[in-house]
Amino acid sequence: MQIPSELRYSKDHEWAKADGAVVRIGITDYAQDALGDVVFVDVPKIGAQVSAGGVLGEVESTKSVSEIYAPVSGTVSAVNDTLKNAPESVNADPYGAGWICEITTTSLDDFNSLLDAQGYQALTNN
Amino acid sequence: MTSAPGGRAASAPLLGHETEPTMFEMSVPGRHAYQLRTTQVPAVALEELVPRKHLNAHDVDLVELSERDLVGHFTRLSHRQFSVDLGMYPLGSCTMKYNPKFCDAVAADPGLNSVHPGVPAELCQGWLELLVTLEEKLCVITGMSAATLQPAAGAAGELTGLLLMRAYHEARGDLRTRVLIPDSAHGTNPASVTLGGYEVTTIPSNERGLVDLASLKAALGPDVAGIMLTNPNTVGLFEEEIVEIASAVHEVGGLLYYDGANLNAILGAVRPGDMGFDIVHMNLHKTFATPHGGGGPGAGPVAVSLRLEEFLPGPKATRASSGAYEWRRPSRSIGRVHGWHGNAMVLARALAYIDVHGADGLTRVAQHAVLNANWLRKRLEDTLPAAYDRMCMHECVLTATKLKDQYGIRGLDVAKALLEEGFHSPTVYFPLIVEEALMFEPTETESPQTLEALALAVERIALRAQSNPESLHRAPQSTPVSRVDEARAARHLISTEDAAQRA
Repeated sequence: MQIPSELRYSKDHEWAKADGAVVRIGITDYAQDALGDVVFVDVPKIGAQVSAGGVLGEVESTKSVSEIYAPVSGTVSAVNDTLKNAPESVNADPYGAGWICEITTTSLDDFNSLLDAQGYQALTNN
Repeated sequence: MTSAPGGRAASAPLLGHETEPTMFEMSVPGRHAYQLRTTQVPAVALEELVPRKHLNAHDVDLVELSERDLVGHFTRLSHRQFSVDLGMYPLGSCTMKYNPKFCDAVAADPGLNSVHPGVPAELCQGWLELLVTLEEKLCVITGMSAATLQPAAGAAGELTGLLLMRAYHEARGDLRTRVLIPDSAHGTNPASVTLGGYEVTTIPSNERGLVDLASLKAALGPDVAGIMLTNPNTVGLFEEEIVEIASAVHEVGGLLYYDGANLNAILGAVRPGDMGFDIVHMNLHKTFATPHGGGGPGAGPVAVSLRLEEFLPGPKATRASSGAYEWRRPSRSIGRVHGWHGNAMVLARALAYIDVHGADGLTRVAQHAVLNANWLRKRLEDTLPAAYDRMCMHECVLTATKLKDQYGIRGLDVAKALLEEGFHSPTVYFPLIVEEALMFEPTETESPQTLEALALAVERIALRAQSNPESLHRAPQSTPVSRVDEARAARHLISTEDAAQRA
């Protein structure tokens, strides 16, 4: 299972990557493996206000429908439209082509309180 | 054990493996399922009989088939189905437990099924007595005060229950916004809460698979309208702290909703009303031998405590002081939740089931359901260990993580291979809190011989996982339809109508 060291992680199995005030979000390799084949991703709308821990969207697999939680507060500034026709990218490339959206934050406090790769590794080992 | 289990429902269907076309593909323009004699009545254009504004502007693309082709189509499909009448069905009451045939005889009685629902109360006193009697018996079984028989099935019962919850709070001028749900809940619970206009707050389970009491207490507040609970819960475990949970929720003015999906486990042993619940829905198909909501028609009566009685849907069959029966609307009724009086023939079946069993018989139903589930849990512990290793109720949630880690065989592969072995698959991947979950619910009707046959089948699959795992990824092969690509079907949805046009 891959846990890239340069990313940060939430306890709900989302990853986050900050580029200035813009934080890109997706679900982890562990999450996609547990969900199984992803068949639909409900991405948020651009401009939507989200708060850390709030519901950002949904991932539907052949097993279940699971909510995606926002790891940081802010405004949705970009979404991955390619997931509409290729939801399988979430399984094939969760940290790359399977990204879900970008949130522009006013503060990186939420981001800085996320787990690092080591912390997330420990979480998934439990 | 010397006797053999009932014959297995394995291998090929009666008439081969060929794909059955859909009705759309069989359709021929202009073909009819009827042929009328010459009547001498002149043809009249539809527009002369019905004003144009009431007519559909476009033709509706309907299937056109002869009766003969249609009957052949459904008969061929029916011969390829696995059903609870055909063989062991470890989905149990989760879907539909075995329906004894005397219930069919009751439903076929013309004295019941030839009565029009619009008949005045004076002319259908027997039917009204039947409905009142069923309501009374369901209240005795659940420990509640009154019930509505209108809701069409479990999920309709849930929504009715939430509307009752809302009516109760609003009548007191108390506007609340949140409903609590454990993370092991049935998926219908959060859906019903949302439809009922409330927000969901999820309560985590503790390491014993039960509601985490500390998290529950932390989530409670004056904005909580209530909590929805299943007891035993979806992991098949009894919520042992239910009395503490009830008093904590009542303390903040919230109501307790009992999701009756697992009522089969506790008949005659403990009652939701005595645990402190205010609203209880019952899936009659899961407990009292009626058809399932999806295959239907279903019935999902909702029983309530005294303080909620005035809000029940109406009109309700009621026994007047004279002893006669009449339709009456509760004083602050939320209104109708179904046309006429609910799916009444289904209600008649449930009353027949309750009356034939009696109080002691229903208690034995629950005892045998729990015994069967525990026997199977223990019998399979080396192959598919239980997610929570202790006494369960009517169902046991096992996990395929051992097979997955050792041989790459998932719960889904085990479930599919069971079809080749002549058994229906159990519920898989639910509840969501258990990894590689396989939920077995044998119910009270399966014999020890059949349970042993099921256990041997699971063990054969585990051996195949070791010797030939690839064959399990392809299973089932002996069924009319082999392994389907569920992900592809969901990702690239093509309706059968479109498929026919493309062909």
